[in-house]
Parts: sequence; structure tokens; C-alpha cells
Amino acid sequence: MAQSAAPATSNPALPEVAPISLKAIAPWAVFTGILMLVLLYFVGAEQGATSLISGEAVHEWVHDGRHLLGFPCH
Amino acid sequence: MNAAPHSPPPAASVRALLVRGMLAGLAAGVLALITAYLMGERHVDAAIAFEEAHSHEHGGEELVSRTMQATGGLATGVLVYGVALGGIAALAYCVALGRVGRFGPRATAALTGLGGFVAVFLVPFLKYPANPPAVGDPDTIGQRTALFFLMVALSVLLCVAAVILGRRLAPRLGNWYATVAAGAALAVAVGLAFAFLPSGENVPEGFPATLLWQFRLDSLTIECVLWTGYALVFGELAERLLAPRAVTAPAAPAAGSATTPTG
Repeated sequence: MAQSAAPATSNPALPEVAPISLKAIAPWAVFTGILMLVLLYFVGAEQGATSLISGEAVHEWVHDGRHLLGFPCH
Repeated sequence: MNAAPHSPPPAASVRALLVRGMLAGLAAGVLALITAYLMGERHVDAAIAFEEAHSHEHGGEELVSRTMQATGGLATGVLVYGVALGGIAALAYCVALGRVGRFGPRATAALTGLGGFVAVFLVPFLKYPANPPAVGDPDTIGQRTALFFLMVALSVLLCVAAVILGRRLAPRLGNWYATVAAGAALAVAVGLAFAFLPSGENVPEGFPATLLWQFRLDSLTIECVLWTGYALVFGELAERLLAPRAVTAPAAPAAGSATTPTG
């Protein structure tokens, strides 16, 4: 075994970065996470397979971005 | 308030990181937009020209002009995508920070950017690659959309699982072999998903293969620029936010000097 993995606590040169408690992250993750996913939905999928707003204006407006970013468009 | 030598340094604020993540996503979105406009648009135009030459039904009235689609529309799509993913990646960064190994703020940002690129774009792209206009039957858009988002969700879950697996294996195998083992497990899981999910290919007859290749290369390049730009900009902002604490914390007990070196 030539492996020399450094033990987790042995490098004093690198200061430890304190993890952020999951409790502190949770409310942000829920609210902004959902908001961001809604934004992604409007860029990536609205008026394609599903429509919350009738018509094709959103689809047509973000059409090129949708294709180039890799979403199925039409 | 000075941190005592033995108390952990104050945890970074989620809000501050989130704001920086969204700003970095916006900046990366600008870079991706320039790439998309210069590289991608001519291939979108070429594909639309093919579509119009071969379509049986008439296009009908134009809701948004091609010029607007290629400028304002493209900018809206790419920038909102950048900001939204920048925010989500910043939340992932908050969880990863201090938990994925002994990486500083900037290195953790680079790893988060790499992970985001692979999980959100690259793995789904390898199964359901980007398609230009004219490729893809409009009648199957429902199924293709469902499969695409299923693939994205599966890819993100598998990548997160691989990171957790790697951290669990690290005490036993060491960091290097744990990372290799987790990577191999991820590759096998992704390969199985690729094998069992239905194929999404339906390229119309006569569509130029080079155009399809160029379009997909554009898509890959745009996403590479977006995630690389994000990792670098966010890493810089996070380092400036977090590093002063990390650097001054050990020096604090020895402090008698109020002067701080500049430069």
C-alpha cells in the first residue's frame, strides 16, 4: 500500500472552513430554491409540454435560449 | 466580536452567499449569452431555414420576430437561466462548504461549478442532447420534456449520492480511492439509467449531420462557458467573503498589533 492519504485533521496550513448548519440553510433552500425552479420552468418548459399561461408568447420569446441551453422546445 | 481560539469561526451567512451566487450566475450568463449569440445563432437560423423549406404546414403569423428571438429573447432565456442556476448552485455550495473535504472557499466553488455542470447539464445531455429547431416531432414534446426533466432529476440525485458515498468511503479507503470508487459507482449508475431510459432521437430525414453536430457543440460550449464563468466568479466572491475570517482567526490570539498588512 503506497497510499498516503492525509488524515483529515493533519494539515494546519489550510484553515478549516466551518460548515454552515443545515438548519440555517433549510429556509433559504426552500424559498429561494422553489423560486429558482419556477424561473427555470418558465425558461425551459412553459408553453411546451405544459402551459400555465395560454398562448405561445413565452415559448416564442425564450425560443432560442431554450434550444441552445439544451431543453426540448417543440 | 472576535472569535475565541477554540470556538469555531462564525458560519458564513447563507444570504450573503446566495446573493453572490445569483450575481455570479448573472455574470456567467452574460458570458454565455455572448457565446450563444456569436456561435449558436447562425446554426439556429440554418436549422429554421431547413424547417421552413421542409415543413408541410405553414408557419402562420409570427408572434416574436427572429431578430427579437435572437437578441432580447435569447438574453432573457440565458440570463434568467444563469441567475436561477447560480442561486441553486450557491445553496448547494452552502451545504458543500466544509463538508466535502479540506477545501477552501474558492476550491469548493470550483468543485460546485464542476458538479453543477456535470449533474445539471452534461449527464442529461449525453442521453437527451440539445436539438435545433426542426429536430424533434412536436407531437412527442410531452414525452420528451418528461424524459428530459426525469433525466436531470435522476442525474442530480445520482451525483449527490456519489458525493455522499465518497465521503463515507474516505475514512476507510483514503480520499483518492474513495473518490475513484464513488466516481466508478456514479458511472455505472448513469450507464444503467442510459440503458433503460428510452432513446429520444428523431432527426428528420435529410437534416444535415454537420449542422446537428455544430448545434450540439454550441450548446455544450455555452454551458461550459456558463459553469466555468460561474465557478470562477463565485469562487472569487466567496473567497473574499469567507477567507478574511479563515485567515485572521488563527492570528487573532497573537494579536497585539492593530495594523493589518495591505496588498
